[in-house]
Amino acid sequence: MSTTLSNEMIKQIMLDHYQNPTYKKKISDRQNYIVLHARSHNCIDNIHIYLKTNNNIIQQCFWDGEACVITASSTDIMCGLVINKTKKEACQIIEEYFKMIEEKKFKEDILQEAIVFVNVSKQLARVKCATIGFNALYNMIKSEAEKNNA
Amino acid sequence: MFNVNEIRKKFPMFKVKMQGKRLVFFDNAATTFKPITVINNINKYYVLQTSNSQRGDYDLCYNVDKTILETRGLVAKFINAKTEEIIFTSGTTMSINLVAFGYGMYFLKSGDEILLTEAEHASNVLPWFNIAKITGAKIKFIPLTKDGRLTIKNVKKTVSKNTKIIAIALVTNVLGFYVPIKEITLFAHSKNIIVIGDGAQYVPHKRTNVLDLDIDFLSFSAHKMCGPTGIGILYGKKMLLEKMNPFLTGGGMNDSFDIKKNVVYLDPPEKFEAGTLNIAGIFGLKAAIEFLMKIGMKNIEEYEKKLRCYAINKMKKNKNIVIYNMGAEAPIITFNKKNVFAQDEATFLNSRGIAVRSGKHCAKMLDAFLKVAATLRVSFCFYNTTEEIDILIDALKEDNFLDVYYSK
Repeated sequence: MSTTLSNEMIKQIMLDHYQNPTYKKKISDRQNYIVLHARSHNCIDNIHIYLKTNNNIIQQCFWDGEACVITASSTDIMCGLVINKTKKEACQIIEEYFKMIEEKKFKEDILQEAIVFVNVSKQLARVKCATIGFNALYNMIKSEAEKNNA
Repeated sequence: MFNVNEIRKKFPMFKVKMQGKRLVFFDNAATTFKPITVINNINKYYVLQTSNSQRGDYDLCYNVDKTILETRGLVAKFINAKTEEIIFTSGTTMSINLVAFGYGMYFLKSGDEILLTEAEHASNVLPWFNIAKITGAKIKFIPLTKDGRLTIKNVKKTVSKNTKIIAIALVTNVLGFYVPIKEITLFAHSKNIIVIGDGAQYVPHKRTNVLDLDIDFLSFSAHKMCGPTGIGILYGKKMLLEKMNPFLTGGGMNDSFDIKKNVVYLDPPEKFEAGTLNIAGIFGLKAAIEFLMKIGMKNIEEYEKKLRCYAINKMKKNKNIVIYNMGAEAPIITFNKKNVFAQDEATFLNSRGIAVRSGKHCAKMLDAFLKVAATLRVSFCFYNTTEEIDILIDALKEDNFLDVYYSK
């Protein structure tokens, strides 16, 4: 699994997204986004996910808040993965990610950089951190879909 | 003589490995391991003595009642109280809620003040927030000094003629400073203020003498002193317990009641022990206190002090470590590693078999004071060793905290 990435590369990817996140932004026009607040009780994580969709396409996805290295880097990578994807594609990516975290068979190619978290499950206490952003976004997309169907 | 190796042999948990490594348990402020005598005594209740208390005329029941009474007496002896001043609860949280709802709710009125500190654990904050809401009383916070101490000077400054209750931990769970409790009770009583102590982090580490401290109420939990979970104590001065109302009502706490709603409660402490007690827990608590008394609380205090000193001296040599409570007396060290998030370092330590706590440690109002979002906390028990501290010190020297996530 993830034979293509060296330890040094994994470390670099995580630290890059933690220290210089691409999608961590202070949003001034909150009203234009779907916003979800996610926090964990056993870690410090306290983040907001901002989502903007047009028809079925995810136009923008940002995050902001306080987060450990696992939460920060996984959420940042997630934003990059889903932008310009359809909601359905985004959900598929997230579902593959969950499979990886649960140590099930998963499609490596569609997860791209997110495969750096393949070993998080060995540190049980941090599974929540690696999935907090993904869970939040998944719920946002799903509840959007429910609203539209209603 | 205090022999830590002999003591460790009594704890089955030391045979357990974590992440394939020797387990180093430094989260003793959260809970402690149990010696085999405690486990055996819990089992003894289930295997040989199962029956309810106060509810039968047969031998089993008599023996259970006898153990409960003996345990009550032993707890009383352990903290120098009277037997009838010892109430069994489910733990510190329940004890504090019992005082808050049984005493605070009935004797506070609008405009009265309850004093807390900003270092208090959630269990000594939230019940008082509720009581304030119900009674119209006000919550005031006694400021800490800049190194995190609670001083009698600041207590005196915060007390007003409306202050009725001071509810404070005898040692705070994040910073580990002992509060000048004798001075506080002396001053408070001169103003007719009652002092309610959270002893969860105090009683397991220090010889406790409620008479000498002159404290009005004191709460603590068995599981933080090598006893089982789900059992704790509320100590209250007899005259206060007589005034206090029960928080829970039901079986085991009433003398009689009739169809006309006439009710007569039992006297304290049974008045506050509605429902079947955690009898197995009481059996375990008894063995735990016997265990501690055999080692001696003075020996425990001295040894834990030495452990902390040893750790502090070694940690100070690591330039990447920031310690937040250098001069604290309780066996707790609160610190961070520079440029590493507390939880990330804690996960790294987990990968080395070391259990520490990270985060806000249930004292969520404290981050404004410490000015950091989260910290690491190492807390010792008398069964820890300097050798275990060396394992921690070595792990803290390692830099690659992300190592644990690499694909190997």
